[in-house]
Amino acid sequence: MLMTPEQLEIAQYIGQFEPFDAISDDAIELIAQHLQVRYFKAGSAIINFEEPATDLMFIRSGAVELFRRNGELYNRLTEGDIFGQFSLLRQQCVRFPARALEDCLIYYIPKTVFEQLLEEEAFADFVEAEGPRLKTTVEQQRKDNDLLITRVRKLVRRRPLIVDEDTTIQQASQQLIEHGASSMLVRRQASKGYEEDNQTWQICGLITEHDFVSRVIAQGESALAPVANIMSREMIGIASDESVQEAMLIMLKHNIHHLPVFRKRRPLGIIRLADIVRYETQSSLYLAASIANQQSIAELAKLSHDVAQSCVRMVQDGANSKMVGQALSGIGRAFMQRIIELTEADLGKPPVPYCYMVLGSMARDEQTLLTDQDNALILHDDYQPEHEAYFVELSDKVSTALDRCGYTLCSGDIMASNPQWRKTLSQWQATFADWIANPNPEALLHCSIFFDIDGVYGDINMAEELREFVAERAQGQQRFLAALARNALNRTPPLGLFRTFVLEKDGKENNSINVKRRGTAPLVDVIRVHALAAGSTAQNSFDRLDDIAKTSLIPKDAIERLRYAFEFLSMMRIRHQVIDIDNERQPDNNVEPELVNSSDRHTLKDAFGVLSSAQKYLEFRYPYKVR
Amino acid sequence: MDWMTYFQTQSHQASRQTLKQYYRSGCTFANAPLSAVEMVALDIETTGLNSQEHGITSIGLVPFSLQRIQLNEAKHWLVKPRKPLAEDSITIHQITHSDLADAPDFSEVFDELLQALQGKLVVAHFHKIERQFLRHTVRNRFDEDWLFPMLDTMQIEANLHRQPRWKPSQWFRRQASIRLADARQRYQLPAYRNHNAMLDALATAELLQAQVAYHLDSNDSVGQHWC
Repeated sequence: MLMTPEQLEIAQYIGQFEPFDAISDDAIELIAQHLQVRYFKAGSAIINFEEPATDLMFIRSGAVELFRRNGELYNRLTEGDIFGQFSLLRQQCVRFPARALEDCLIYYIPKTVFEQLLEEEAFADFVEAEGPRLKTTVEQQRKDNDLLITRVRKLVRRRPLIVDEDTTIQQASQQLIEHGASSMLVRRQASKGYEEDNQTWQICGLITEHDFVSRVIAQGESALAPVANIMSREMIGIASDESVQEAMLIMLKHNIHHLPVFRKRRPLGIIRLADIVRYETQSSLYLAASIANQQSIAELAKLSHDVAQSCVRMVQDGANSKMVGQALSGIGRAFMQRIIELTEADLGKPPVPYCYMVLGSMARDEQTLLTDQDNALILHDDYQPEHEAYFVELSDKVSTALDRCGYTLCSGDIMASNPQWRKTLSQWQATFADWIANPNPEALLHCSIFFDIDGVYGDINMAEELREFVAERAQGQQRFLAALARNALNRTPPLGLFRTFVLEKDGKENNSINVKRRGTAPLVDVIRVHALAAGSTAQNSFDRLDDIAKTSLIPKDAIERLRYAFEFLSMMRIRHQVIDIDNERQPDNNVEPELVNSSDRHTLKDAFGVLSSAQKYLEFRYPYKVR
Repeated sequence: MDWMTYFQTQSHQASRQTLKQYYRSGCTFANAPLSAVEMVALDIETTGLNSQEHGITSIGLVPFSLQRIQLNEAKHWLVKPRKPLAEDSITIHQITHSDLADAPDFSEVFDELLQALQGKLVVAHFHKIERQFLRHTVRNRFDEDWLFPMLDTMQIEANLHRQPRWKPSQWFRRQASIRLADARQRYQLPAYRNHNAMLDALATAELLQAQVAYHLDSNDSVGQHWC
């Protein structure tokens, strides 16, 4: 059946929005042909609680608010959004009553059509409830990119210069100069090969600048002789989907500096050893290695500008949040280690052994670009008051140097330069024992990051010992866990995004959202409580989730949801920092709703939902009673 | 006009069987509340404004109630006018000579149109065009009289937004536009990119729902508003 003009107009309109943009034309036509319409004045009820669910609703114009059973705002939707899918999927009555926030025109898609639409994968994925979509999004991001395999084709900058085998040496060298190239390929006609200019060609040789020197000038070859006389006939090439790593190995093995890249038999370009070297020097590994070679704080400070670039590069290469977090934490540790080494060389040998430890995100291997320094000192139990001067000077110099290298001073003064955070191992153990035995949420509020610790320099064993001490003591301490849990509820997520605003639970709208404060940080808090309850010594949130999964503290599927939510929110934070860098702005933790595409909006809402229920569960699992 | 009596009289006088049937099925009760009435939004497009000189080129309709607009039952016909198509109406309606070359004559779609309107209250924006052109065309083709009550969204809008001109205070004031697109804007209804009889019928149905939501009482009797 042909669509009528008004059906066509409606089909075109609906087809712009998710998930309708991804479904077949037949399905869109089906919708347009079965649509019903109704106008609602602002403030009027669209569907009521426990009404039978008969249609999927699409907002053609205006804005709609959905509520929970208890009257709490659940979501605010606008043009192009759908609602009512949950009740339809579960064959239930209306779960979220809806009201027109503005004058609305609502399109009704009948249940029978909705059921047919579920046959379309894109549609079914979209309307499925929270968990699956979050999972799909995260896994898709992982599948799309694989950091371990950067394909060589990424390094190909331009099409190769190709000459016929009977071209003279002189003509060939002229072309090389003309194109500013350093190598060229030679082709000849063959029965098998690639098609170009209506003929079949085969690449039969490679000529580099060096060949003109070594084979023409040095051996007195005539400039009018064909290039075939001087080309390397031993053709070593690489397929375009091989890894950069593989390309490097081939070049090293054959001692060559130019490597042609092919797709099937067609030459795509030539990569040079120099291309690989340049590519590798942007990598975080290279950066960490070169940090260790710097001879002064000034040199280190200069190198700190490369940190942002190496993060951008990782994100472009498709790293996940764990990879980025590990790399940036690794770089941070490298800076710290080199700074302490240099400072120690300046001050002389320490009077007693010590361990510089980091706290918070660096300890968890979850550092991002925007970070301040959180560190502390563990001193050997042989420490005496007369040793203090050395450690005052050491820690002051280290903190100042870190600040110069982009790790700004901690606003909460959680730094080794603060005498409060320089203690002997026994003193530290006593401090932790007291926090755990006599917990009160206010006192714990500012020291939750002390439960993420990692030794960076010196006698690392002391940090390990402290970590194990904490894990052992905290496990099963219900009052301590409850106090920590209560603090983990302080920062709550918003409901989601609405147009260009962040929608809060009370219906207020803000211009941007701090994804750290409202997303990743509270998730870290939630995960930490369960990890301590599980007796885990892991610090990284993903590793902690692995340990929690070995216990029965949280249902397995809830753990998976936490994992996906944390990955999604972390990547959103990192990606927006990269956007900031690309636009030459100071990276921050804010995400502006106008920069979030429609599919991420839905996933974001799901991730916030996961955090919200995790917080509710925490409250129930570790109830806090004031004594 | 007493529509009930008119329908009764016509059910005897009409000679065409389908039209007789239409009148026999009766007209909407004048005292029925708006919320309980089955309606149909109707729009026709013509080669000009004068029913004596110009002809109908297309007819669009959408059945609806205050609860739902039944897009799935919408209908649209192109019809070939007996008078030639003027150039300026092409630019308005985007209907060209070739579109109409194969279109049927009005007499071929009349029975289907009657069936779609039977028992329903017709709603139009500026009802005079529909009334005059349909009456003239039916008289011309079949020598029958065809009239029916209508709700006019333009009239409703005019009553709401236009002050009587006899008040001196209104003499120099700009009148609010009651054209379909402008009226819709007042209710935050979206603008449609295209125009044809069917889309305009849909636009009219949406407008009536909005007018009732804002200004009329859904318990108002039909007879208070029809013309």
